[in-house]
Amino acid sequence: MEFLQFAFMQRALLAAVLVGVTAPAVGIYLVQRRQALMGDGIGHVAMTGVGLGFLLSTNPVWMATLVAVLGAIAMELIRSYGRTHGDIALALLFYGGMAGGVMLINLAPGGSNANLTSYLFGSLSTVSEGDIVSICLLAAFVVLVTLGLRRQLFAVSQDEEFARVTGLPVRALNLLVAVTAAVTVTVAMRVVGLLLVSALMVVPVAAAQQLARSFRATFVIAVLVGTGVTLAGTITSYYQDVPPGATIVLLAIAVFVLLTALAAPLARRRARAAAPPATEAQACDVAVPPAAAASGSSAGTGTDGDGVRV
Amino acid sequence: MTRAPAGGRIGRQRGGPSAAPKIPGAHAEPIEDTMETVERVERTEPEPVIALRAATATLGARPVLRGIDLTVHRGEVVALLGANGSGKSTAVRSVIGQVPLTGGSVALFGTELRRFRDWARVGYVPQRTTAAGGVPATVREVVSSGRLSRTKLGWPRRADRAAVDRAIELVGLADRAKDSVSALSGGQHQRVLIARALAAEPELLIMDEPMAGVDLASQGVLATTLREQVANGATVLLVLHELGPLEPLIDRAVVLRDGCVVHDGPPPEAVGQHALPGHDHVHPHAADEPLRTGLLT
Repeated sequence: MEFLQFAFMQRALLAAVLVGVTAPAVGIYLVQRRQALMGDGIGHVAMTGVGLGFLLSTNPVWMATLVAVLGAIAMELIRSYGRTHGDIALALLFYGGMAGGVMLINLAPGGSNANLTSYLFGSLSTVSEGDIVSICLLAAFVVLVTLGLRRQLFAVSQDEEFARVTGLPVRALNLLVAVTAAVTVTVAMRVVGLLLVSALMVVPVAAAQQLARSFRATFVIAVLVGTGVTLAGTITSYYQDVPPGATIVLLAIAVFVLLTALAAPLARRRARAAAPPATEAQACDVAVPPAAAASGSSAGTGTDGDGVRV
Repeated sequence: MTRAPAGGRIGRQRGGPSAAPKIPGAHAEPIEDTMETVERVERTEPEPVIALRAATATLGARPVLRGIDLTVHRGEVVALLGANGSGKSTAVRSVIGQVPLTGGSVALFGTELRRFRDWARVGYVPQRTTAAGGVPATVREVVSSGRLSRTKLGWPRRADRAAVDRAIELVGLADRAKDSVSALSGGQHQRVLIARALAAEPELLIMDEPMAGVDLASQGVLATTLREQVANGATVLLVLHELGPLEPLIDRAVVLRDGCVVHDGPPPEAVGQHALPGHDHVHPHAADEPLRTGLLT
């Protein structure tokens, strides 16, 4: 336990706990709406913010937060409006953000890719007092939103169309999730790095899903797994000279594999107790089997292909 | 057009001669007037619950609604029928603002949709085959989200929790309340979606294909649930592929074809084997599939 005597290690552990709590707390809503990789995209965009921070000699954490928030808002707007070419627009945003970061940091006086590496893959030992203050403030915001509005965010992430008919401010809540995810990315970037942030948002949630039946239990288990692996990874990287970000993510994946193996018999028992679950297909009135045409008996039912998605 | 008996809470005469008479060739005719002159026995409300007038809408470049009039009065149960692609889903989704109209107007409870804020009066059952999302959730958690139209951004009180429990009980899932929705059958998913709509204790129920992919047992539960809601004075607009077990509940059927109303009046008579009691309509081309096919396969 001698690592607790070092100030840098105390800061590192505090940052690790905050990341372990906030990343899965936001990630659960992203997973729920099947946007598990959104955190990855925000991480790419945040690189431009880090580059800007170096170029303008301001705090990279705050600059990354600003740019990541703007990027996340742009992504959410692209998602809700531009259905057809949405993924291309997102790709432009992701890679533009990444290239912008590399370019800006090389333009910055005294900047080099070495500075960037600590943001890309995390660098716990360099977390400063100022960073810790920023991280605490940002983490408080994330916890407040993800816990305080959990019912509303659950409803919006579960069924957006239904949520709109309940009169909830769906657009505002969606933007709030995006902004909160962006803030989480910058909270986590010093610990696990921008390239691995998304893993900490998704993997603990995926692990929790193996055991949990309810949203509440998924949330609690995911936060426990997240906190556990960030703490364990940080301590491991103190004793063994290994990069903390990679250690944390590999530990999270190990927990996922372990819980999956444990849960398999449990799932089988539950499956026997209940009917098979419905599939994901949507918006069909009547599924038309491929063989229908051959039988020639479908005439006269009035169900033509329009509007039928099989 | 004539409305269902105004004092419809109790003693409604279902399927009797007093059910709304058929209006021949109704689709181009204006559906207002006469209403103002009808006497209200109770709960005077001059406006219809749903008033869709000359509504047009497109999906992409394709016109889906081509000037639809649809009026639903308090206490009425109206079925929207039609083939796939006839625009019935689009019509109900335009009523709740999910599909923007390119022309015409919608009003709910006499308030233009754009200004309508009283969403707790509306219970919506979207067309879904599953109530599950990307993360496990229990029946109770999903149904609770239906109560948000009353609690909004606040915290649920005791009355809210009780309403959620009642809604789960109404659809007969009290014993499954703590189970994950992903462990339910197709029909049970649909019951969860209906309980979610009922959690707000709405006056108007809008249901998009509530019977799609639902097994016989669940169809019975749904019909009973709906009957209780109607007996308590609820107004119902539902999209159906065929009348099926809900037929005795339905006051009026509106049939769409290619985005136009082609029939507005008593439910069309079922003929042949479709008319047999308890007939579960399975299309010929789907007949060799297991019964619970529809959406689930």
